[in-house]
Amino acid sequence: MPARERDPEDPRRARTASLSLALFLFAAILLFPPLLKLFEGGDTLFGLPTLYLFLFAVWIVVVAAVYLIAEHVAGPRRGPN
Amino acid sequence: MLQAWVIFLASVGYLGILFAIAFWGDKRADAGRSVINSPYIYALSLAVYCTSWTFYGSVGRAATSGLDFLPIYLGPTLVFVLWPFIMERIVRISAENRITSIADFIASRYGKSLYLGGIVTIIVMFGILPYIALQLKAVSTSFTVLIQYPAIAVPEMPGEVPLFRDTAFFVALIMALFAILFGTRHIDASEHHEGMVLAIAFESVVKLAAFLAVGFYVTYYVYDGFGDLFAQAREVPEIARLTRQFSAGGYAQWSTLMILSMAAIICLPRQFQVGVVENVNPDHVRKAAWLFPAYLILINIFVLPIALGGLLDFQDREVDADLFVLTIPMAHKNQALALFAYIGGLSAATGMLIVATIALATMICNDMVMPVLLRLRWFQERFTGDLTRLLLFVRRSSILFMLLLAYTYMRLVGESYALVSIGLVSFAAAAQFAPALLGGILWRRGNRAGAFTGLGLGTAMWVYTLVLPSFSRSGWLPIDFVDHGPFGIELLKPYALFGLTGIDHVSHSVFWSLLVNIGGYVWVSLLTRPGHLEHLQSTEFVDRLRSPDASPATTWRGTATVGELRVVLQRFLGEERATPALAQFAGRHGLTLAPTMAAPPALVTFVERQLAGVIGAASAQTIMATVTKGEVVRTEDLMRILDETSQVIEYSHELEEKSKALEETTAELRAANLRLQELDRMKDNFISTVGHEFRTPLTSIRAAGEILSDNPDLPQVERNRFYAVVVAETRRLTRLIDQLLDLSKMEAGSIEWNMDSVDMKDVIVNAVDAASPLAQAQGVSLTIGRMPPSLPPVQADPDRLIQVLVNLISNAVKFCDPAEGQVQVSAAVDVGFVTVSVIDNGPGVPPGERERIFERFQQGTGDGLTNKPKGTGLGLAICKEIITRFGGKIWVEPRLGRGSVFRFTLPV
Repeated sequence: MPARERDPEDPRRARTASLSLALFLFAAILLFPPLLKLFEGGDTLFGLPTLYLFLFAVWIVVVAAVYLIAEHVAGPRRGPN
Repeated sequence: MLQAWVIFLASVGYLGILFAIAFWGDKRADAGRSVINSPYIYALSLAVYCTSWTFYGSVGRAATSGLDFLPIYLGPTLVFVLWPFIMERIVRISAENRITSIADFIASRYGKSLYLGGIVTIIVMFGILPYIALQLKAVSTSFTVLIQYPAIAVPEMPGEVPLFRDTAFFVALIMALFAILFGTRHIDASEHHEGMVLAIAFESVVKLAAFLAVGFYVTYYVYDGFGDLFAQAREVPEIARLTRQFSAGGYAQWSTLMILSMAAIICLPRQFQVGVVENVNPDHVRKAAWLFPAYLILINIFVLPIALGGLLDFQDREVDADLFVLTIPMAHKNQALALFAYIGGLSAATGMLIVATIALATMICNDMVMPVLLRLRWFQERFTGDLTRLLLFVRRSSILFMLLLAYTYMRLVGESYALVSIGLVSFAAAAQFAPALLGGILWRRGNRAGAFTGLGLGTAMWVYTLVLPSFSRSGWLPIDFVDHGPFGIELLKPYALFGLTGIDHVSHSVFWSLLVNIGGYVWVSLLTRPGHLEHLQSTEFVDRLRSPDASPATTWRGTATVGELRVVLQRFLGEERATPALAQFAGRHGLTLAPTMAAPPALVTFVERQLAGVIGAASAQTIMATVTKGEVVRTEDLMRILDETSQVIEYSHELEEKSKALEETTAELRAANLRLQELDRMKDNFISTVGHEFRTPLTSIRAAGEILSDNPDLPQVERNRFYAVVVAETRRLTRLIDQLLDLSKMEAGSIEWNMDSVDMKDVIVNAVDAASPLAQAQGVSLTIGRMPPSLPPVQADPDRLIQVLVNLISNAVKFCDPAEGQVQVSAAVDVGFVTVSVIDNGPGVPPGERERIFERFQQGTGDGLTNKPKGTGLGLAICKEIITRFGGKIWVEPRLGRGSVFRFTLPV
């Protein structure tokens, strides 16, 4: 196996990785069935069906979180190009 | 306004713009001023994910089953949440290895396997063909619906439209032309098709704009905003139902769609093409991770409103919900918007057509046709020259072939499926690659046999549970196959395999196919050992990213010359690319490459990588093997050899350690043996001494007794003298035995010690009191000398301590000259201990005996041999034993002038 070299950006990468994984688990719990069941039914909020509102709200929050992780934690990386 | 020729012109005009953009993009790239080197263009190109299936199909699905069109877009969002683990990794690995397609990726990962690449290509062909057909159908249908304006009619079946009136046919031809022009510009398939990517990004903007326009129109023009639309929908029970539940198909369907779309965003050939092969900079993935999902949110917000609007609008009319995007503007006489919507649909369809056919053509050429051709003897004999034209020809004809095949498929069977189900069948096929792909980058143990098994079983299951039954339902197979299972075996019914019922067909198929796929992959990978090249490649793919700067692991051993390599490169890259490539290599490594020179290993690797970019890793490997007439020297092998050497070194080191330990043990043993011999000798000595010690008094007693019994008439005085001898000697014997017992008890540890806090002063006074009669009897003066006013207490048994002191004093008294003998006891305090000294002015102890006298039966010899021993020879030994027991030390040192000093210390 090739010798493992220390990546100077290691801590940032490790932080990005763990945050991403946590966000994935969080989002997966919210977006898979058993929880969605709670928002079923005819209720509305601001005139919108709760389920529709919930799904898009979670979606927007998740994408915003990815934005924060990608832009503020990971930051630009020196690629081989 | 919406006459056929207007629509036709608009279509052609739009496609013309696409050509212009692609042309411009390629020109800029040739000039070295890339336009696509931007994360925004990259993210937009990823949106090729949204095909006409999204543009028309999502609304159709929403109109029939509510919100469960959403998982198809939520899944990719989740995958992009994990971008550092998946997408970025695949992109980096692929850039490194000049990967040209998903088939190439999988083949390359599993030991550059020709067969694996071929299998993936075949699965892709059959899985994606219907999907391509679907896009053509969408184009055809939307066109036929639009030209009937102002009537909104159920579209004619595609198969019934005459060929030369069918827009889909022209679109297929134009797309083939586009893909050929902009998708096969370079012979190197791993290079970026900049113009094509730019055109795709443009298409993504157009379809999003068109969809949002229709969405706004429906929501805010036809209805009075979201609130009004949803409120009206709630009035109609069948429509209200759509917003109430998350999935008409229940948990299983929702989850299946999520999983399928998660797999699809990486495994669909067109996604792999734009997301991985066309990626210019791995860092773009980071930005695309939120840009692309944001795009998906935008394009989905109005899906449900449009669906509800359409259902409300056409409540009493038979209108296909799949076409609401088009028909709602038509129904409200908004011709411009209808045309825009049509163009949006066209852009969604053409984007997919372009990328999918280019990706497929690369795979067909590199992973199916070329590996076969390169192995045929007649081919090897006839085609010895430049192969670049042949390669381009194969790719271009594959594009045309696939598009015409898809068109034919659409004409023949297009009507037998709803839009959505075709898309899902394709997704389910693409999902079969997910285990091998993800396992390939995350799991080192995954090997070729495992990948073969998983892919084979998964695909077979997919065919059996999804494709064959759909053939039955189209009437190509007896319907009994679905209803009663093959040969009437109910357990094998394709829609209820092994009796599994209660979930929809797609979920059922995805469950079984992924179960056998993952199971087969993992199980066989664990059971079999990978070959050398597989092992090497798995290291390349799984571990490489952890040490990105490590040099490539492959090196070749062989006998190729630079000239031979140049010929190979020219055959596959063409003269005009081979020469600069070699020059660039020579420049970078500071070499001058003479044709007859033996090629350095780095050059062989370089040439292999170049070839891999053109014809795929597997074929490149085969060609290099024939050229170099050698085989790969695997670094892994080298490492193994090194490993073995280091193991030997380690082993010998261990041996050395062990022998050192052995030596130490031997030395210890030898010392112990010496000690034992010494002890043995001492024991012998001891016994003879004890015997001797006993004999002396016994001899005296016997002699006295014999004299007494032999001479009965001995005068009374004499008698008394002999009696006195007997008593004295008996006492001595008793004392000897007592002391012997005492000592052995002490040594065995069976004596009881009454440890106490003892004041040394009391001990000294008591001892001196006890010994003073003896001193007086001998005429020796016994005094207590200098002593500090108070002594700190020590931990000891007071009686034993007195015994020691009395012993020392009586020894001193015994050895002193009776007349002028002086014995003095003194004490002093030092840091941490108390020192007690017994000083006499006797003959002293010779230096050689100072240690010895503390051993048993070692008597001070006094002045001469004739001197009768004055003690038992055990007293000092007992003293030493006791003092050592209390943690102190005892020794003797000469006194200034004449005499000796016995000292002992005790810790405070």
